[in-house]
Amino acid sequence: MTIVLAAAAAALFGCGTFLLLQRQLTRVLVGLALLSHGANLVIILAAGGRGAPTFVGGDEDRALLDPLPQAFVLTAIVITFGVTSFLLALAYRSWLLTGDDEVQDDVEDRLIVTRWSVSEELIDAEEAALAAHAEDVARREMDEEAHR
Amino acid sequence: MSGLLALPIALPIGAAAVSIVVGRWRAAQRVIGVVTLVALVADAAVLLARADSDGAVVGQAGGWEAPFGITLVADRLSAVLLLASLATLLAVLVYAIGQGGVERNHVGFHPVYLTLTAGVSAAFLTGDLFNMFVSFEVMLTSSYVLLTLGGRRDQVRTGMTYVVISLVASVLFLTALGLIYSSAGTVNLADLATRFTQLPVGERQALALLVLVVFGIKAAVFPLFFWLPDSYPTAPTAVTAVFAGLLTKVGVYAIIRTQTVLLPPGDRPQVLLLSVAAATMLIGVLGAIAQNDIKRILSFHIVSQIGYMVMGLGFFTVAGLGGAVFFVVHQIITKTTLFLAGGLVEHRTGTGNLDRLGGLVRTAPAAAVLFLVPALSLAGIPPFSGFIGKFALIDAGLDDGWWGVVAVSLLASLLTLFSMTKIWAGAFWGEAEPVGPGHRLPGLMVGATAALTALGLAVAIFAGPLYALSERAADDMLQGTVYVQAVLGR
Repeated sequence: MTIVLAAAAAALFGCGTFLLLQRQLTRVLVGLALLSHGANLVIILAAGGRGAPTFVGGDEDRALLDPLPQAFVLTAIVITFGVTSFLLALAYRSWLLTGDDEVQDDVEDRLIVTRWSVSEELIDAEEAALAAHAEDVARREMDEEAHR
Repeated sequence: MSGLLALPIALPIGAAAVSIVVGRWRAAQRVIGVVTLVALVADAAVLLARADSDGAVVGQAGGWEAPFGITLVADRLSAVLLLASLATLLAVLVYAIGQGGVERNHVGFHPVYLTLTAGVSAAFLTGDLFNMFVSFEVMLTSSYVLLTLGGRRDQVRTGMTYVVISLVASVLFLTALGLIYSSAGTVNLADLATRFTQLPVGERQALALLVLVVFGIKAAVFPLFFWLPDSYPTAPTAVTAVFAGLLTKVGVYAIIRTQTVLLPPGDRPQVLLLSVAAATMLIGVLGAIAQNDIKRILSFHIVSQIGYMVMGLGFFTVAGLGGAVFFVVHQIITKTTLFLAGGLVEHRTGTGNLDRLGGLVRTAPAAAVLFLVPALSLAGIPPFSGFIGKFALIDAGLDDGWWGVVAVSLLASLLTLFSMTKIWAGAFWGEAEPVGPGHRLPGLMVGATAALTALGLAVAIFAGPLYALSERAADDMLQGTVYVQAVLGR
């Protein structure tokens, strides 16, 4: 049984890692959920072998199951649950703002990468876009402050 | 005794709850936040005094003896870092109150800031690995909220990267916890220190390495730093300043704690840590040079400076680790001050882009002075605290003949100076550029930045006693038995 659980944990880690490398945030989210399930299984495995009694019935032949890993897992599940719901809200916000939940590139990073390989006009255009974006953000902030 | 230990965790959580209840009245929220943090700074000062004079202060939650209960420990290392962190948190809160604006006036800002405080304190004080996981989660979840509180497009974009990376680190941490519990049967750090010596060498090293990767992501060491320079600059200044000053340093603290407690001398990954440190210093500073925005430049410097701390740990000598502890204290204060000063510039002019700044030394002389002092300190110019920290680290490295990493650290220091002069020349000197409609600088913002600058100068002035304290802390850590005896009483 321990082998089965270990194999299940391995499968969860594998699928979770694959999904984590996708571009859509919802897939990443499912991937993270799978990964945390895998981690929880690993902790459960630390509790001891199959069929050990939990509260009563322990004697010289059969040691009681260690309850501490169960407590760990319970805490971990609650924490993962909270953070996952936060990520869901973030994905929704991203969908509201951009129309999809793909993880976007960073404008400044792209600028540095293209600086060595692309023509000057393109860089100028990107820089203009960046400046316009910054101004846009600043203006919106000012508006919001004025609005308050 | 244990009341003093529980206070930095319980008080901010309670205050956060009250702060939500009085959410309608911003003034009440501000008073609660400031009063709580002032009380905590006093508490941390008492803890430090006790830990230094009578040895580590230990508390067992609910009277359950270690290793079965939840243990809180304030030894010299945790107490000095706790005090520096709480003082910084207080200054930044005052700065945020002065700045105002949409995000700082959000009803959620003060409660979440207080839970962040609780998470940071708990991470420093906890005596077992599982509670370290929980406190990291409290701290990180608060940081997710603070980072994305504005809900702007760029915040959502970088928030995603930040949350996903942190979650991956947390999952790895959980896995490491499961494996450590399977092999050692405990998660109490003091108990682990004794049980790990009975494990086979390979198993012990593999587990310690896994923990190192986990905290390496949190502390942003090479090659696990990529998420940091991308996500930090998009948050509002006050939030970025706290992240820069504290979150990565909590990761460094966790690395120092686990690597000294889990592995006995002779078994420690010296060459690995020193190589990682060298790469972190160099790549961080090179990244900074390529950037053209104040906050982004400073964010890359966070990475670079983490390398110095890891280098000090990597020597595994009293001098090296003492230097690292001193350097962490210096960084918590100086880095935060730099970000606050950068924020003053942004607040005044509306931009942090060096191409569009200039002549601020005439138009905003206060911001210029408040930027110059921590910038010179960061670059390691005497007589500031950065010089003393770097001198101690390099001296420790030369004692043991680690020429290579010392040379890299000197080079990185030189490049740091170059990068600081780039900001100085771009933003403060030169022709005054026509800037967008900016704001006047509120007195509270300038005052908070000035107070932190003064604290940074105090670190340099009282470097003697502080360095002696750091060395005593390092001695405790390296002996290992001091911590175990304090917690387990044997």
